[in-house]
Parts: sequence; structure tokens; C-alpha cells
Amino acid sequence: MAATTPTTAPGSLPSRPTIVLVGHGMVGQRFLEALADRGVTRRARVVVLCEEPRPAYDRVHLTSYFSQGASPEDLSLTDHAFLAEHGVELRVGDPAVAVDRDRRTVTARSGLTVGYDTLVLATGSSPFVPPVPGRDAEGCFVYRTIEDVLAIEAYARGAASGTVVGGGLLGLEAAGALKGLGLSTHVVEFAPRLMPVQVDEGGGEALRRIVEGLAVSVHTGVGTQEVVAGADGRVSGVILSDGSPLPTDMVVFSAGVRPRDQLARDCGLPVGERGGVVVDAACRTADPAVFAIGECALAADGRVYGLVAPGYEMAETAARTIAGDAAAFTGADLSTQLKLLGVDVASFGDAHGAAEGALDVVYSDARGGVYRKLVVAADGTLLGGVLVGDCTSYGVLRPLTGSVPPIAAAHLVLPAGAGGPVALGPSALPDEAVICSCHHVTKGVIRGAVADHGCTGVAEVKRCTKAGTGCGSCVKVLGQLVDAELEANGVAVDKGLCGCFAQTRAELYETVLALRLTSYRELLRRHGREDARDGEGCEICKPAVASILASLAPAVGAGPHILDGEQAALQDTNDHFLANMQRNGSYSVVPRIPGGEITPEKLIVIGEVARDFGLYTKITGGQRIDLLGARVEQLPLIWGRLVDAGFESGHAYGKSLRTVKSCVGSTWCRYGVQDSVRMAIALELRYRGLRSPHKLKSAVSGCARECAEAQSKDFGVIATASGWNLYVGGNGGATPRHADLLAQDLSDAELVRLIDRFLMFYIRTADRLERTSVWLERLPGGLEHVRDVVVHDSLGICEELEALMAGHVAGYRDEWADTVADPDRLRRFVSFVNSPETPDPTVRFVAERGQIKPEPVLLALAETVTA
Amino acid sequence: MTLTTASPAQPAQPAAVARAVDQGTVQLLTADGWFEVCPASALEPGRGVAALLPCGGQAAVFRDSGDRLHAIGNVDPFTGAGVLAHGLLGGPAGRPYVASPLLKQRFDLADGRCLDDDTVSVPAYPVRVV
Ligand code: SRM
Ligand SMILES: Cc1cc2nc3c(=O)[nH]c(=O)nc-3n(C[C@H](O)[C@H](O)[C@H](O)COP(=O)(O)OP(=O)(O)OC[C@H]3O[C@@H](n4cnc5c(N)ncnc54)[C@H](O)[C@@H]3O)c2cc1C
Ligand code: SF4
Ligand code: FES
Repeated sequence: MAATTPTTAPGSLPSRPTIVLVGHGMVGQRFLEALADRGVTRRARVVVLCEEPRPAYDRVHLTSYFSQGASPEDLSLTDHAFLAEHGVELRVGDPAVAVDRDRRTVTARSGLTVGYDTLVLATGSSPFVPPVPGRDAEGCFVYRTIEDVLAIEAYARGAASGTVVGGGLLGLEAAGALKGLGLSTHVVEFAPRLMPVQVDEGGGEALRRIVEGLAVSVHTGVGTQEVVAGADGRVSGVILSDGSPLPTDMVVFSAGVRPRDQLARDCGLPVGERGGVVVDAACRTADPAVFAIGECALAADGRVYGLVAPGYEMAETAARTIAGDAAAFTGADLSTQLKLLGVDVASFGDAHGAAEGALDVVYSDARGGVYRKLVVAADGTLLGGVLVGDCTSYGVLRPLTGSVPPIAAAHLVLPAGAGGPVALGPSALPDEAVICSCHHVTKGVIRGAVADHGCTGVAEVKRCTKAGTGCGSCVKVLGQLVDAELEANGVAVDKGLCGCFAQTRAELYETVLALRLTSYRELLRRHGREDARDGEGCEICKPAVASILASLAPAVGAGPHILDGEQAALQDTNDHFLANMQRNGSYSVVPRIPGGEITPEKLIVIGEVARDFGLYTKITGGQRIDLLGARVEQLPLIWGRLVDAGFESGHAYGKSLRTVKSCVGSTWCRYGVQDSVRMAIALELRYRGLRSPHKLKSAVSGCARECAEAQSKDFGVIATASGWNLYVGGNGGATPRHADLLAQDLSDAELVRLIDRFLMFYIRTADRLERTSVWLERLPGGLEHVRDVVVHDSLGICEELEALMAGHVAGYRDEWADTVADPDRLRRFVSFVNSPETPDPTVRFVAERGQIKPEPVLLALAETVTA
Repeated sequence: MTLTTASPAQPAQPAAVARAVDQGTVQLLTADGWFEVCPASALEPGRGVAALLPCGGQAAVFRDSGDRLHAIGNVDPFTGAGVLAHGLLGGPAGRPYVASPLLKQRFDLADGRCLDDDTVSVPAYPVRVV
């Protein structure tokens, strides 16, 4: 099939010019967005030729496919809505094969020929495969596209070990991927250290120690001489340049990239000596109608940039030039912050101290795997640096580059507590400091978004400025800046819990814990807002404080039962009656069925109880059974029967652990790799009764097929061949959220310890009625911060968190059994205080499908009864 | 939507406030005179109990954190369910309200007015401890 779209007839002005983009990668997509932002898509026809079988996706996070279970869809950078809204014609799987600059046409592989007024090349790079013998054997791969990833994954199923050729940034990414696939992994790097471009010798040494600690074998200072294949044509090993053999089942080449400039070469555009389409500062090639951006371009400063941020800047520059605005790209900062194999690595500015007279200030702790080097000029100006193992200061140091930091460099490299100031806040930065390097957003622009554009939170500032929407490394600093700016603008963000307390829930938690308070009254009188101190309190803070007191009861010495003493008066109605009030004033009863596992005997008891009390029964969405329609005076009788049969409260009423769902797992299922039911039961029994800011749900799946839907839970567990993966922050409900992977391949004990810490950290810092999903999104630093705190113990509180959980576990008692056994607590379970035998006449039922349901209420009638 | 309630035709009058004495007996004033509800010791500070009235209606009787007693109708006019006695108390000292446990509308304990909807109220009853 061949078709030709006619170009504008010679001599006539283009009525609707055509822009053709070749390559829909990260930079190509960014270019389209920049065109749309400037309204160019309204005036011009935009055609995109895309070689890959899918629209643009996030190549930078390719490895998250392995490490976080991201699907190809999760990585997508665009959607149909964007393309449709801006009328972009995207031709997926149809690469450009030729450009005719005289006739201004591009021909695609399908035979389609499109005329252009402006042509933009964004063809990226291709992986460089060194010309070693055997490199074509079956089992040799590169690591650049989703297709590469899928192929590697498929082949790895039949492999036990893998070798990555190249120990640079991408090589370590690939090593992370192989490790994630469970292969025993080797990295071969020709240079004497890992990541030779980004880090110096000391940094490389620290990096090697950490990487080796992760069970990846590192071979530096040797090349790959040959790939050896077996008789079946499949890779069986490599031979290193020192002659030593390294048996391996597959090889991933990651030895650098080469700009894809063939199209340009073929149509006579100048390219650099080592590749790359030559462009000027406006990103224009020698032909004014043709632009080149991203990794395929040789920028005006004579460099080919292999990072995404400079590519984005080129995309902006080209779009602005096309829109008729002046713009220039004259070079970019090569700062990078990466998490490779879970190791933080950052380099910025003049990382190698290449400038004349540059001096190094170094802190190195090879044992602890931490290395920090700053490069400073003789006058103290910060020129650049390398951070390995701990990059918390990167967000502030990078923007300070080019200025004299307010604190001596020596203090900036020392760890907190060793004479170094704990942190240098973002307030120390000048307005020109670039906070978000992905989108080149300065501190001044962020301040402006708050001061002039009325943004009142990080989410709005992100939308308004794009800061923080690239790699995400700047979000923590962004949050601090936004808060500081809001405060400076006198935006009194009343973060108070309610009309009675000016503190947030988290602040009240700390107060209760620190002062060992056990009474709401005391908290209100001493710490409430002035005008609320002698008041009644309110329906918001009472249950919130009750929940804090219950979570901390073992630690502060409050009564263990939520219906004891003053606590009783604070509980929400449902907690007060240990059951859920329904629309007609009746209550539901949900016994705990840990993990959803139940014996026939227990099922029969539930059936008998429901029958004897005339209750409506339903299987809930949480793998257990709800008994509805109980009158308040029936509750203790029902619980008594259930408790005798070995049931306990399922806390369906509390802001507390609900259910830990399970799939049948390895015991029965042909795919199961761990006993998910056993783990679900263990977790449910451990965390039952734990009071928290909002309800907590969990699930355990026996394999990656995920039948228990763990990724929609506050904490979800998925079995792996060697242990458990822990996901956090999932949510169903109105705003579903997929959970994030917190840690991988945990043993039973490691899993429980991590969940202990995670839950207690959440309980400590979340707002009232804030599910873990919302909390995780709100916390500055998000998942990374939580990981730092609960995995790396960056705040040094893990021991305390574990102790608090241990207190909870030891102090747990069944609320139903305790109530049934105590005549004093039972007194309140009557419909009428003056007529305990009389049932409430407003609770009425009618029949439906063989069970009861509340009688529909005629409100006016109901009222007459009251009169 | 306007909800009609059968609250007294006369403007709701503030409920009498009585000191709770743990020995005394709580009484409500209804159309038929003072009506005995329960021993004062049956009331927990900050919560309420429901009482069945001679006419077949229901009252919710509360003891606030300052040990004062209040009584209003128990039936929630928004749902028709007899649940107000199970709600949580809030408000400034001496002028508490109860929040319905179902849809959380607040009712002034002094006069039964709904604080979230002017067109709705529940009866209020004078209450004392003898
Ligand atoms: C009984 C049950 C429906 C059923 O018949 O299946 C149910 C019933 C209620 N849900 Fe639910 N939810 C039930 C499973 C779920 C599920 C499914 C699950 O857990 O797998 C979800 C989505 C998962 C999630 O929470 O992430 C769910 C999301 C909600 C939400 C929305 C939460 C959110 O974060 O958006 C609410 C509203 C809220 O909590 O604010 C809610 C609130 C409620 C309340 C408490 C509403 C209320 O205040 O009256 C209902 C009363 C329960 C009761 O017993 O009186 N229910 N609810 C299910 C009880 C499960 C259990 O065994 O404990
Ligand atoms: C695993 C991995 C990790 C990375 N990590 C980082 C990181 O942490 N930080 C960072 O800054 N950078 C990182 N990078 C580099 C970053 O991905 C690139 O800088 C960025 O993708 C460049 O964008 P681009 O649009 O120029 O090229 P690409 O994203 O490669 O897009 C080019 C597209 O053009 C297509 N194409 C080529 N020829 C044609 C043709 N003739 N017709 C039609 N289409 C064509 C290609 O198929 C491709 O889809 C990483 C890269 C990889 C592979
Ligand atoms: S998650 Fe896996 S183990 Fe569990 S039931 Fe599904 S397929 Fe089987
Ligand atoms: S620096 Fe990458 S998102 Fe801001």
C-alpha cells in the first residue's frame, strides 16, 4: 500500500503546515507536549512515525518492570486522550526509512509518504555491541526497549546465571534486572571501576562494595574477549580478556550507545565524527526545515547527551523555535541521581574535578558503603560532587553548584552526628538554583507558583510547573520549599485536626506518646485550642484521640479495653457498640475469619446463630461473613454464642485491621510457591485489633498471579520463589491505587518486621481518616522516604516502632469476649434504659429472598411515633 | 426536601439542666408530667441512653462532660431510626450537641434544633435529678 499526502503546492503559502516527528521516544513525546503547550498543534498537522510497537514510554524506569512489577502500560508516557485532544496522527510500528529533502517528504516502512514543512528527528540511540566473536549467539541481548525486556524475561526462565557486559549506568540497570529475575549475576567492566563516567575512583570502590554485597559479582579492569556458545547455539559462557572463562547462560550487552543518525546521513545532513546529527543552538540541522533532538543530536556544544533531562530541554527549544519564539540549547548539566540495584548514586557538576585548581573534599566509609566527594574551587565555590550510598543531600547540593555554600564543604560531606550539620535546608538556596533538573525549574519559579499563582500544595505546584514530574528526585526538596513559601506568604494553612485542636493527628500522637497522657480531657485542657479547652470536644477529635490512646495503650499505660473509663465516651458509635450500625438503627456482626479459612463446624455455628436470631447473612467483599439486623440487646447474646465456638471480633467497626485475604496458595494451587494461607492467618492474628488512623486491609497471594489482590491493599504480600514481596499503599474504594513495592524476597521474619515498622510509622504520622495510599502520596519523599525510614532506619526509630508493635501484640484481647464477661460493660446493651426487655419499635424488617431486610421508612410516620 | 417533624408546636424551649448526682433518679418532663427514666448512675459522662416514653415515643438522655443532663427525641428525623442516644457529644461548654451516628447531622441538646438544617428539629425535654 502506498499513499502520498501532497505537500503544499509550490508557490502557495502553507495554509496548515505539516510537522513530521520521526521517533516517538521520551524526547519525541516531550516535544509533542511542548508543541501542544504553545498551541502549535491547533495550527499545524502533526504526524508521528513511531518505530516501536507502542507509543512513547518511560525508558528511564525500564528496570521497574522487574523490580516493581510495573507493566508496559504503567510505563506509558502518553494516552489516546492526549493524542486525540491535540489531533496528533501517530503511526505505531511504522518507522521512517527515507527522507527526501528536496521534495520535503518522509517515507515510512509501510510505503506511506508524508510531506513536511518541518521535520523533527528524535530517533534516540541504539545500544553498542562490541564486535566480539559469538555476539550473535542465542542468549545475547541488549537492554533498551520494552521488547528487549520481554525477551530477556522469557529467556531468563530457562537460565540460572547472566552476565552484563558494561559496568556503567545502563549496565548496572541491566544487572538489577537480571538479579530481579533471580539469576546469579556478573558485571564485566573494562574500566578499573564501576560507572567510570559518573564517579571517581573512591566512589567506584564504595559502589563495588555495595554491589558485591548484593550478591552481584563485579569484574573490573577486564574486557570480554569472546562469547562461547554450546552445540545448541545457545550461550554457555564468556571468555574475559585475561583469558579466564566465565560460565553464564545469557549475556546482556550494555557497553554504551550510538546515536541513530542513519536517516540523516542518508539524506546528506552533516553528522559528527563519532555520530550524532549536527544541530545549532536552536536544535536545527544544516537544513533549516529539519531539527534533531534528544540522543540522536550532536548539540551546539559538541556533545551528544545520553540523559533525558538535556533531551527534554532540546525538545522545548525546538518546539519554541517552531512556534516562533527565540530559544537556545547550549549545553546541559550532567547531574544524575540514580538508584541502581537499590544503591543511591549521584553525581553533579564537575564531578571529576576537571577545572583548574579544583580541590576535593572527601568523606569515605568503604565499610559502610558511603562515599561523598565535593569539588570546590579555591574560593570555596561548589563545582560538583559525587555521592554514593546516601544521596539525601543531593537535592540541596546540586542547586548550590556554582555558588559558595553557606556551610563549609567539610561539614557538608560529614555524616549527620559526626560534626556535620544535620541538613542544609532549601532556604539556603538562591532563586536561580535549579531545583528540578528534569524540567529545569528554578527555586524562583516554584516560589512564584505559590506566591503569584496561588498554588497551595505540592500537587498543585507539580501541575503548574512540571517540577517533580520527571525522575522524582527533587520532590522532597520541593515539598520543603512549598511549605516554606506558603508560610512566608502568611497562608495560615490550618492543619489542625478540628475546631478543638490546632495540632494535626500526628502531632497529637507525639504529644500523647511523649507526655504519656492517658486522658482525652487532659489533652484537651492542656493542648486544645484556647476557646475549646473547657468545651465538650467534638465528634471528630474524640474518636481520633480514642484511636491514638488505643494504639499507644501499652506504651502509655492507658486501659487495655476501648470501653473502659473515659475511653468509652470517646468512641464512635460503632466502636462503642463493637458492631456496625445500619440504616435502621440495627447492627451487624462480623466475626473474624483469619485469612478466610474456616472449618465446616464454624460455618455451621454461624448458620445456627443467624437462624436463631433471625439475622440476614451475606459473604462480604473481605472473605468473611456478615450477620446483619441485630438489635442492640441481642449483640452480647450473639457474641456469647460465637465466642463459645471459638470466634472473636472481626473489628468490622473499628478504624483498625479488617481482613487479611488469602488465596489457597502452594498447599493446593498448582502454581503456588509459598503457603499464602498460613502467612495471611499469621498476619491477621498479629495485627488484629490494632487501632489506626483509618482502616487497614491486607492480602497474601501465593504467586505472582495475585488471586488475593494484594496490590490493592494497605499492605499486600505476594509470594516469590525465595520469599515474599511486600507492597504498600494500595487502595480499592473510590480512588483505587496500585500498591508500591517496598521490599523483595523477604523471609517470614523480615516480612513481619518490616510490616511492624511500616504500620507503626503510618499510625504515627498519618492524618485522621487518611488511608495508607493517601498518606504515602502526601508524605514528602513518598515511598522513598518511607523506605528510608522503615528499611534503612534513617530516623533511627525502627527499634521503637517494633517495640510499640510488640506491645500491641502482647496486649491484644478479644473485645467481644471481654465485654460478654463483664456485667458493667453489658449494661449499655439495651434498647431502652428504662425498659431493658422492650425491643426498639423503630427497628422493623420485611422479608426478601428468604431473609430479612430493613423496612423502608416513611419519615413523617416515623416521627409521629416519637411525639 | 423539607422534613416535617412532630416536635412541639410551641418554640422549642431549652431543656432544663440538672446536676447529676450519682445517687438520684433522672426524670423527664413530658405532656403527662414528670416521668422517671433511670438512676443517674446509669449515665456515663459524654454519652446518652434511650428511654421509652409512656406515649410510645423515645427520648435520648445525655450526661455531658460537665455532668449536666439533657434530653431530646431519640428518633433521627433524617433516617427515622431511633439512634440519637448513641451519637457523640460535642460543642462549647454548657451548650453541647449530639451528632447523629448515621448521617452525622448535629442537634442542639438545649432545644432540639438541627444545626445543619434549619427546617428540622426534634423535641427537647426538661430533665432533672431527684
Ligand atoms: C460489608 C462490606 C460490603 C459487603 O457486603 O461485602 C462493606 C461495608 C461497608 N463499607 Fe466497605 N465493605 C466491605 C468491603 C469493602 C471493600 C473490599 C475489600 O475489603 O476487599 C472495599 C474496597 C477496598 C478498600 O477499602 O480499599 C471497601 C471500601 C469501602 C470504603 C472506601 C474506602 C476508601 O479508601 O476509598 C468505605 C468508606 C470509608 O471507609 O470511608 C467503606 C465503608 C463501608 C461501611 C463501613 C460504610 C458505613 O459506614 O456504613 C459499610 C459498613 C459495614 C458494616 O458491616 O456495616 N468501604 N469496602 C464489606 C466488608 C468486608 C469485611 O469483611 O470487613
Ligand atoms: C535502562 C535505561 C535506564 C536509563 N536511565 C536513565 C536515567 O536514570 N537518567 C537519564 O537521564 N537517562 C536514563 N536513560 C537514558 C534515557 O532513556 C534516554 O536519554 C532517553 O530515552 C532519550 O530519549 P530519546 O527520545 O532521545 O530516545 P529514545 O527514548 O530512545 O526514543 C527514540 C525513539 O525513536 C525510535 N526511532 C528510531 N529510529 C526511528 C525511525 N527511523 N523511525 C521512527 N522511529 C524511530 C526508536 O524506536 C525510539 O522509540 C536510561 C536508558 C535506559 C535504556
Ligand atoms: S495467586 Fe497464585 S497461588 Fe494463589 S491461587 Fe492464584 S494462581 Fe494460585
Ligand atoms: S529532578 Fe527529576 S523530577 Fe525534578
